[in-house]
Amino acid sequence: MAIAKMHIWRGETGEGSFQEYECEFTPGMVVLDVIHTIQAEQAADLAVRWNCKAGKCGSCSAEINGVPRLLCMTRMDSINTDQPITVEPMQAFPHMRDLVTDVSSNFRAKKSIRPFKPRKPDAPDGTWRMQQDDVNRVQEFRKCIECFLCQDVCHVLREHHQHDEFVGPRHLVYTAALEMHPLDTEDRTADLKNEHGVGLCNITKCCTKVCPEHITITDNAIIPLKERVVDEFYDPVTRLLRIFRPNKNQQGA
Amino acid sequence: MSQAETRIALPQRHFGETRRKDAWWLQPLVVAGVLSAFIVYSTWAALQGAHYSFAGYLSPFYSPEIFGNSDHAWFGPWPLWWPSWIPYSPAFLILWAPGGFRFTCYYYRGAYYKAFWASPSNCTVGKPHKKYTGERSFPLILQNIHRYFLYLALIFLVFLSIDVYHGMWFPTAGSGAEFGIGVGTLVLLVNVLLLGSYTLGCHSLRHLIGGRKDCVSKAVGGAMPYKCVSCLNRKHMLCAWLSLFWVGFTDFYIRMLSMGYFTDWRIL
Ligand code: SF4
Ligand code: SF4
Ligand code: FES
Ligand code: FES
Repeated sequence: MAIAKMHIWRGETGEGSFQEYECEFTPGMVVLDVIHTIQAEQAADLAVRWNCKAGKCGSCSAEINGVPRLLCMTRMDSINTDQPITVEPMQAFPHMRDLVTDVSSNFRAKKSIRPFKPRKPDAPDGTWRMQQDDVNRVQEFRKCIECFLCQDVCHVLREHHQHDEFVGPRHLVYTAALEMHPLDTEDRTADLKNEHGVGLCNITKCCTKVCPEHITITDNAIIPLKERVVDEFYDPVTRLLRIFRPNKNQQGA
Repeated sequence: MSQAETRIALPQRHFGETRRKDAWWLQPLVVAGVLSAFIVYSTWAALQGAHYSFAGYLSPFYSPEIFGNSDHAWFGPWPLWWPSWIPYSPAFLILWAPGGFRFTCYYYRGAYYKAFWASPSNCTVGKPHKKYTGERSFPLILQNIHRYFLYLALIFLVFLSIDVYHGMWFPTAGSGAEFGIGVGTLVLLVNVLLLGSYTLGCHSLRHLIGGRKDCVSKAVGGAMPYKCVSCLNRKHMLCAWLSLFWVGFTDFYIRMLSMGYFTDWRIL
């Protein structure tokens, strides 16, 4: 059995420091296993949020060696164990205790997005007909497990703390899932430009890099939304065309 | 939306501060190096105003040649009214278009914000800026012009394809020309193919061709064009770098031929 040196952030509401722990591990173990071993054997009061241990609940988000990751999906044999491994809470959210942060700002952000508004059913029995090609695009966005790692890594939130002006990548993915849905009739472009601050994203793709569900956040969700904002607010030609054409969303196309 | 009622000061990092242990500085450094090298070379080549054509070949930095001294010029030699204190080169008239296209490209934007502006240098690395307005206000809001540069870039693809055709004709002893294929013809062809794969994978094109519709299948031509552009779009970064390198190399190759340093091998 090999021994890993773990530097784990301990403390409350932002105050704290790294504490050093040594822990035996086997190659198949993930970082969450090591945290649990330390919790069982050395620090019973170590706070860590987790649930499924299968990369599906999105609870165990933290930063391992400075990179936002799921504790339960990061195998020990994928990290260099010759050096101490740092484990700390996400930096873009208010700290609560040890590895736990208050991610509730995300739930408020989500509420600010206009909900799904489907067109009238296509058939008398209240059902709709959709082309596979049309639904394919939004399928990817539905894989999101709301781990908020993308929110954590995004410099607009992480470094500039603009939670009030920018909904962040996770919620742009959510908006894209609704806005590009073939049945949806709501128009969210003005919100995107104004309250949700899509223009604050500078497409540096850190969110895409950390997403454990491999959602192509920047290329498939954010940039297409930016293009829709350009259509509606910046491109003189599409703005002009809009005067002569009824709003596509009212037609449900 | 309002922020957490119990707002606790979030950590503030200084420039370059990070807990990352990998060589996070390498990527922005390489991007900055390669982009700078390209900018220096292309500016130098554009300033020359000479050695940009050889036989039927025309350097892509000078295509289309609106005024100029080679056989490719549309309207003959440089106009006399051009103020003498402005240096003249056929490249100046056109290079702003492909330059603007790359400058406003979504991929390059993300890359040079990191490499040249440290915004951020790399993921989870502290930034040097206190204030941040992103692409929401002046000057970066101007990046939204990208689709207009795309329209120009699509037209340039036509010109560059015609240049490949011209590159298949070689002057003969008389004043005629004969058909042939030289290494230069292939260099020009690869250039169009790479620039095509870059331009046709553009995010704005992807939007225009179907992405703007909630039902992509209802776009003109159905979902297929959208799928094709999306396919190239997935390789957009790779195409961006390959086409950048090759367009510079194409100019270099023709320049070396014209200056007599290289010999162009005829294949056919
Ligand atoms: S691409 Fe945009 S949303 Fe994603 S991390 Fe970068 S700035 Fe944030
Ligand atoms: S988009 Fe990816 S990184 Fe962001 S919350 Fe969803 S699963 Fe997590
Ligand atoms: S514990 Fe559920 S994602 Fe890690
Ligand atoms: S997004 Fe790169 S060329 Fe348009």
